Amino acid sequence: MVEVNLWSGLRALADGKDKVEVEATTVGEVLDGLVKAHPGLKDAIDAGVSVAVDGRVIASSLTEPIRPDSEVFLMQRLKGG
Amino acid sequence: MALDSLKSEGFKQVGTRPDRPDGFDKVTGRAKFGADATAPGMLHAAIVRSPHAHARITRIDTSKAEALTGVKGVVTRADFATGLKGENWNILENVMAGDTALYDGHAVAAVAATSPLIARDAAKLIEVEYEILPHVTDVDEAMAEGAPVIREGAADKSVPPGLHPNVVRYHESGHGDVDKGFAEADLVIEDHFRTEATHQGYIEPHACLATLGGDGKGELWCCTQGHWNVQKICSALLGLETSQLRVTASEIGGGFGGKTTVFIEPVALALSRKTNKPVKLVMSRSEVFRATGPTSSTSMDVKIGMKKDGTITAAQGVFRLQGGAFPGAPCEFTAMCAFAPYALKNVHQVGYDVIANRPKQAAYRAPGSPMAAFAVESVIDELCGQLGLDPIETRLKNASKRGTKASFGPTFDQIGLVETLEAAKAHPHYSAPLKPGQGRGISCGFWFNHGGETAVSLALSEDGTAQLAVGTPDIGGSRASMALMAAEELGIPYENIRVTIADTATLGYNEVSHGSRVTYASGLATIEAARDAVKKLCARAAAKWGIPEDAVKWENGCAVPSGPNAGDFDPLPIDQITKRMGATGGPIVGHFEATPEGAGVSFATHIVDAEVDPETGKTSVVRYTVVQDAGKAIHPTYVEGQFQGGAAQGIGWALNEEYIYGEDGRLQNAVFLDYRIPVASDLPMIDTVIVEVPNPGHPYGVRGVGETSICPPLAAIANAVSAAAGVRLHELPMSPPRILTALEKQRDG
Amino acid sequence: MSKMHITTTVNGDDVEFLCDPRETLLDVLRDRLGLTGAKEGCGTGDCGACSVTLDGRLVCSCLVLGAEAEGKRIGTIEGMAKGEDLHPLQKKFIEHAALQCGICTPGILVATEALLKKNPDPSETEVRYWLAGNLCRCTGYDKIIRAVLETAADMREAS
Repeated sequence: MVEVNLWSGLRALADGKDKVEVEATTVGEVLDGLVKAHPGLKDAIDAGVSVAVDGRVIASSLTEPIRPDSEVFLMQRLKGG
Repeated sequence: MALDSLKSEGFKQVGTRPDRPDGFDKVTGRAKFGADATAPGMLHAAIVRSPHAHARITRIDTSKAEALTGVKGVVTRADFATGLKGENWNILENVMAGDTALYDGHAVAAVAATSPLIARDAAKLIEVEYEILPHVTDVDEAMAEGAPVIREGAADKSVPPGLHPNVVRYHESGHGDVDKGFAEADLVIEDHFRTEATHQGYIEPHACLATLGGDGKGELWCCTQGHWNVQKICSALLGLETSQLRVTASEIGGGFGGKTTVFIEPVALALSRKTNKPVKLVMSRSEVFRATGPTSSTSMDVKIGMKKDGTITAAQGVFRLQGGAFPGAPCEFTAMCAFAPYALKNVHQVGYDVIANRPKQAAYRAPGSPMAAFAVESVIDELCGQLGLDPIETRLKNASKRGTKASFGPTFDQIGLVETLEAAKAHPHYSAPLKPGQGRGISCGFWFNHGGETAVSLALSEDGTAQLAVGTPDIGGSRASMALMAAEELGIPYENIRVTIADTATLGYNEVSHGSRVTYASGLATIEAARDAVKKLCARAAAKWGIPEDAVKWENGCAVPSGPNAGDFDPLPIDQITKRMGATGGPIVGHFEATPEGAGVSFATHIVDAEVDPETGKTSVVRYTVVQDAGKAIHPTYVEGQFQGGAAQGIGWALNEEYIYGEDGRLQNAVFLDYRIPVASDLPMIDTVIVEVPNPGHPYGVRGVGETSICPPLAAIANAVSAAAGVRLHELPMSPPRILTALEKQRDG
Repeated sequence: MSKMHITTTVNGDDVEFLCDPRETLLDVLRDRLGLTGAKEGCGTGDCGACSVTLDGRLVCSCLVLGAEAEGKRIGTIEGMAKGEDLHPLQKKFIEHAALQCGICTPGILVATEALLKKNPDPSETEVRYWLAGNLCRCTGYDKIIRAVLETAADMREAS
C-alpha cells in the first residue's frame, strides 16, 4: 500500500481524510486508487493534478513508478509562464 | 534519469558563450515575427470590442459593415463550434463573447477586408446593442456579499459552501499547528497586502496569418509560446480535426507567459474559413492591454511568528486572486510558493480564485509566486527589523534545504537556496556602504519549474553537420543552448548545428515554452536525441570494422574502439560515417520523445539599494544584484539575461505598473505612456551571480531559470524603501503618490 | 479615398509608392515596401520599435505619415549593414547578447547609430536617456547599454 497525502482543501471530498492508502505501483494507479476509494475526488483529479514522489514533482506522466515506501503528495497541476 | 547518464564536469562546449545562431537575422531586421508574414490575396481583419465592463448583447447588426466596398466577411460567436466544455468553453467565450460581454475590451464581432483601413472602418459600422449590467473589478469587492454575480455555477467542488459564487476555486494546504506555533513566538506580525494586475508587456502585439478552407484544412502562422497548444485549442474552437491544422510559430517578440494561450488566432481562422482567403490579424497595443491576459490582482493576509533568535515558529497566509471573468487565477501557486523558502514546522495557506469583470488572466513568469513573496518577505523583513536581526542570517537560519518538508507538502531533494543566500552574503554589494537616504532590501523567491511533453529530432547531414528540430519557440536565445548541448554530445563544433523551431506537422507534441522548461526539457531531449544519433553512428562504425556495436564508443566527434580488446582501428570521424550513410543503412536521425519529470525547483536571493525622493515620492533603484541557482548554466550569458530581465520586470511591478480601472469598469491606461514599464534611464546595471547546484533530474544538472528571477524584486524593493524612507508599503505599485501618502502619514504621526 | 503618389529614398534607393493619406510611414514601410524590419509595438510613439531616420533625424515611423516622406531620405535597419558586413553595433549586440527576443532590436540599433553619429563618446547616463524611448522588456537594458558603450569606444579607437 502507498500512503497518499492530499492537500487539505481536498479533505472535504475524501471523507475528511488528508491521507489515503491505495494499492499502486505507478502514478496512474495512485490516481485510479484515489478515485476508487473516494469518488468525490474525481473532478479534482480530472481537472489536473501533479504528484510529488519522494520530492520530485511528476507533472503529468502516469507511468512514473512508485514504491510502497515512497513519499507521495497530491498537488495541483503545475504550469508556468 | 539514471545516474550513469549524469555529466557534471569535463564540458568542452557547455558553459561557453558563443554567438546565438539567430543573431544575424535579429540585428538586420530579417527575422520574421508574427506581423511580418504575408500571403497572396491576403485580407486584413479588425475586431469589435465591448466598451462595457459587463453587458448583455441584445443585437448585433453587421449589414452596414458588410455593405462597405472591400469588406469580405464578418464573424460573430455563431461562426464557432458549439457544445464545448471546460477550459475550451472558457477560451472560446473569452475569444468571442456569447450573449454577454464580460469585460471592457471583450471581443463581440470581427471583420475581414481588403486593407487594414477598410477593416477598421468596417468595424466601426458594426452596430452592437448592449443592456448594461452591474459590474465588479476589485477582488475583495467581487467576493463580498451582494457583489454582481459574473456567472452562476462557475465554481468547482473545491469551494467550501457559503462563499460568494464569484469564488470559483479554493486551495488549502499546510502542516503542523499554527496556533501552537504562534504561541511559541516572541513576536508575531500580521499584515494585509494588495497588488494590482500587471501585464507581461511583451513589445510584440499578438499577430497571426490564418488560412482555412471549407475542406477543414488549415495553415496558421502566429507568435506564440506553444504552437501545438494553439493547434489543439483552435481545432476545438473551430470544430476541426487537430492534424488538419498546421501551425508554424513565428519568431516571438516576448511572451513571459502571455503567449501561452490564444486570443486572435481562432478569430482569424473563422474569418478565413468564411471568406476563403488568407486573413491577417494584428492586435493594437490597447487591444493587448484590454483583451489579452494580465496577471491576477491580489488581496493577501500574512501572519508570521518568530523567536528572538530568528527562528520562524509559524506562518499563515490567505491569498485572494482576481483572475478576470473566468476560473484560472493561480491561487494554488501563490499559496504553495508563499512559504516554500523556509523550513516550517507549522504552516497553513489558503488560496481563493475569484472572478470579476476583467480580461481572463494568463501566466506571467512564475505565475502567482511574486505576489506571495511580496507579502511574506515584507513581513519577514519587518520581523527582522523589530527583533534587530540580520535579514540574510535570519533567512539562512530558516532556509529550506535537502530533506526539508516543504510548506506545500513533499520533501525537498537537492536545492540551492542556502547557496544563493551564502553567495549574497559574500557579495560586495551586501557590505557596501549606503549613502544617506538610501536603503537596502533583501528577498528570496521560489518557483517550481516544469518539464512537460517534449519531442526533438536531430538529423545528420552527409558532411557531418547536424540539423536539430525542436518544438519549443525560442524566446530568449534557447537555440544557442540547444546547439551547445547537441555539439557537446556529438563532439562537433557549435557552428555545425543548425537549430530550427519545427512546425506542428514535423514533430510530436511539444508543450508550450513555459514553466522555465525549455533549456531543461528540450535540452534533455536534445541530449538524448544526440545520444541516439551517436549510438547509430557507432553501429555504422562497428559494421565497417566488423566488431560488435558495444565495442565502439564515441569520442571527440569520432567513433573509436572502446578498448584494446575491440581491435585496432583508426578513429572514424563523423563526416566519414555520414558521407556513406545512404549506402550503409540510410539516413541517420536521432530522436527523443518523452515527458521529462525531473524539473528541479529553483530559488533566488536578490539585493537592492533604493533611494526615495521625499518631495516627489519617486523611488530610484540605485544598485541591484540577482543571485540565483541555475543548476548548470549552459550558455551563461543568456542565463544572466534571464536574471536581469526578470529583475527589471519585477522592478516595474514594484514601482510603476498597474491596471487602473475607472468607476465605469473600463481600463484607463491601455497605452505604454500610461502603463509605464521600466525604460533604460530608470534602471542601474543589474549584477548577477550564477549559483550552480545541479538538478539531479537533468543529465547536465540544468534547472530552468526564466521565472524565479521575477519573484524576489517586489519585496526586495519594498524592504529597501522601508529601510530608506522608514515607511512600509503594503500595496503595489509603490508609485510616487502612494509613497507620498505614506510619508505624509508618517509625518502626521 | 484616393491615394497619394510619394517619391522618396529609402536606404539610398529611389522609391515611389501610393498611400492613403491616413497611412503612417511605418504602415508604408511594412505593408507597401516590404521592409518589415521596423516593428509596430504600440502605434503611439511610446516604444521606439519602429525607429527610423528621416533626413538623418531619429523618428518613430508610427508618428510620421507616409505622405510626409515626400522628398525625404529614409534610413531603416535594412540599410545598416553594408553588404555582408554588419555595422559594429550589430556585431557587438550579437556578441554581448544585447537581445533576447529581438523585437526591439532593430529600433534600438537605429536609435543608437543615430546617437553615436551625434555623440561618439556618450556616458552611460547619456546612453540610458537617449534610449529611454526604446522599450525592451527582456534584457533589463544591462547588456544593451554595455554593448553600446563598448562599440562607441571601439569606433573611437578605429577612427
